[in-house]
Amino acid sequence: MSPSESVYPRGEHPDLAPPIREAGAAHWLRKNLFSSVGNGVITVLLGAVLVWSLSKLLVWALLTADFTGDSLKACTSAGACWAVVTDRFAQYWFGFFYPSEAYWRPLLAFALLGPALAPWLFELKRFSGPLKVFSLAYPLLAYWLMHGGVGLAVITTDLWGGFALTVVIGVTGIVVSLPIGILLALARQSELPVIRLCSVIFIEFIRGVPLITLLFVASFLLPLFLPEGMNFDKLVRVLIMVTLFSAAYMAEVVRGGLQAIPKGQIEAARALGLGYWQTMLQIVLPQALKIVIPGIVNTFIGLFKDTSLVAIVGLFDLLGLTQTILKDVAWIGSFVEAFLFIGLVYWVCCFAMSRYSQTLERRLDTGHRSND
Amino acid sequence: MRYSSLAAALLMLVGLTLPASASTLEDVKGRGHLNCGVSTGLAGFALPSASGEWVGFDVDFCRAVAAAIFNDPSKVKFTPLTNKERFTALQSGEIDVLSRNTTWTMTRDMKLGLEFAGVNYYDGQGFLVPIALGVQSALELDGARVCVQTGTTTELNLADYFRGNNMEFESVVISTADDARTNYLAEACDVYTTDASGLAALRSTFPDPSAHIILPEIISKEPLGLIVRHGDNQWGDLVRWTLNAMINAEELGLTSQNVGEFEDDPSPKIRRLLGKEGDFGEQIGLDALWARHVIEHVGNYGEVFDRNLGKDSTLSLDRGLNALWSEGGILFAPPVR
Repeated sequence: MSPSESVYPRGEHPDLAPPIREAGAAHWLRKNLFSSVGNGVITVLLGAVLVWSLSKLLVWALLTADFTGDSLKACTSAGACWAVVTDRFAQYWFGFFYPSEAYWRPLLAFALLGPALAPWLFELKRFSGPLKVFSLAYPLLAYWLMHGGVGLAVITTDLWGGFALTVVIGVTGIVVSLPIGILLALARQSELPVIRLCSVIFIEFIRGVPLITLLFVASFLLPLFLPEGMNFDKLVRVLIMVTLFSAAYMAEVVRGGLQAIPKGQIEAARALGLGYWQTMLQIVLPQALKIVIPGIVNTFIGLFKDTSLVAIVGLFDLLGLTQTILKDVAWIGSFVEAFLFIGLVYWVCCFAMSRYSQTLERRLDTGHRSND
Repeated sequence: MRYSSLAAALLMLVGLTLPASASTLEDVKGRGHLNCGVSTGLAGFALPSASGEWVGFDVDFCRAVAAAIFNDPSKVKFTPLTNKERFTALQSGEIDVLSRNTTWTMTRDMKLGLEFAGVNYYDGQGFLVPIALGVQSALELDGARVCVQTGTTTELNLADYFRGNNMEFESVVISTADDARTNYLAEACDVYTTDASGLAALRSTFPDPSAHIILPEIISKEPLGLIVRHGDNQWGDLVRWTLNAMINAEELGLTSQNVGEFEDDPSPKIRRLLGKEGDFGEQIGLDALWARHVIEHVGNYGEVFDRNLGKDSTLSLDRGLNALWSEGGILFAPPVR
């Protein structure tokens, strides 16, 4: 008598494994890739194309590639010439002019960014309080580490560059634009006409012009308006413009969330005797922001990639630096490898943000989502 | 009172510097360094090196001015500037000298409130062709496909030249040197045109540079110069005479290596240049040894040329027009006397 035919006492049937045809890799393959003759043919064809192109890429990028050398001519193999990346590897991360003996400073600042953001990004059971205090002090600490002064050698912002500069612009823009964006969104919904009008004018003006225009204004109109010889730090000018730009977009994203909150919620809060700020901070914003997480992160990712536009005003961020390296006679012609490399760096950063937003959505999910 | 000190602290926080006085030289001396505008990257003229230093022909002229003022060529803060930013940066006082392969034209001299302190490189637009094309002269290029950068005077000069000689061409529009290289080597165009120095730079990156020639016709005048703000004549003189001193030094055979040996040279020309006679340093607001400091730290014109563009560099450009007047070129500096 086989086990499947055995008779069990009522209510004590053990959980058996599903039949072999309904589980495992074979089942998955048949269900997803070979469910019909047509699908099977398409699977085989596309699979062949994929394998062929991936193997080509592998051969080009790794097997027949050169990894070191001091110019494109030093690369003698048929494949990729990664020397353009390896020869100046440190410069991609820290910029052309950041003194190499001070590389630990941006590295430390970058490492501390994790603990500084952690209490806001994740639900921490312990250390949450001290970490929040730390993260409020973090901007000053990071500025001190990068720029120096008070015990550290001063490294002025014109010497900053590469990925470090990209991160400085990106993180500053992201962190500062969110609160400004929320305030602008609230102002736009305000019942006070002057505040509402100011907010609408600001948002529509900023959204109506491209970021490049704002950067041009910052880098050559502003200096002409100021008295001769009086000048802002160029990086500060650029940071202000990038932040204002993304704040305007952020405001519209947040407004979308505010409009999704039923009016009854606000009326109920009023009926309980809550004031405007209490209503907003305790009732409306927590719900509204949760709804628009995908939109907020979308704006963040867009902003991070927009930082590459600062190359146009002569800052050596990751892209500007790469373009300049490619103007060196030694490297003219290596643009494919150089751009692939920095493309990968941008992708890793943006993909990490995207994954984080999905984690956040799942964590904050209270069962109101209609699908997924 | 409290608010004004708060405002001052805020201004310091954003790195605001206070308005300058009337004399650029006094500002530079007070500040302790020269602010010099250079290109964001042009092979041979200005590029950040692998060791994080600015190098290039334009860069060395910034260093020369710093050497004349401070006896220290490292007292320069370089500001990389794009095409569009360069004049604004000078007008607004962000930089003291613009040394950025900028062509001296009448409009720029008249309308922008700027002053050209001299020409440090005579360039001109030329044509690069493969030898295999069998062309000896630009006049044989009728019907050619020409790679040209869009939105530049290069494009206009090209159109003028072909129209003037009753020829036709097909333009292949490109945007960067990399683009040019890719298209030219893939034979998407027969000819590449830009300034002759740029052609030589690009050719040196080819797998086989000797298979390509630069045609003898130069179809435009591109005198590249050092620029200062209009109105501060003392400062303009200082920059102009730094350049002149470097050219005169080459003419007199003074180099960074041998300048010490001319200490007791009897030649009056050398004695005047090295500050042994006359008060030329005082006249431009510097000490008597200003020219000697330039030669000692940066070198004469020929050394700077050879190191960055000429025979000791990867570009290997000929001196051509940029040779001394006594050697077939047009470099002719007024005498120091």
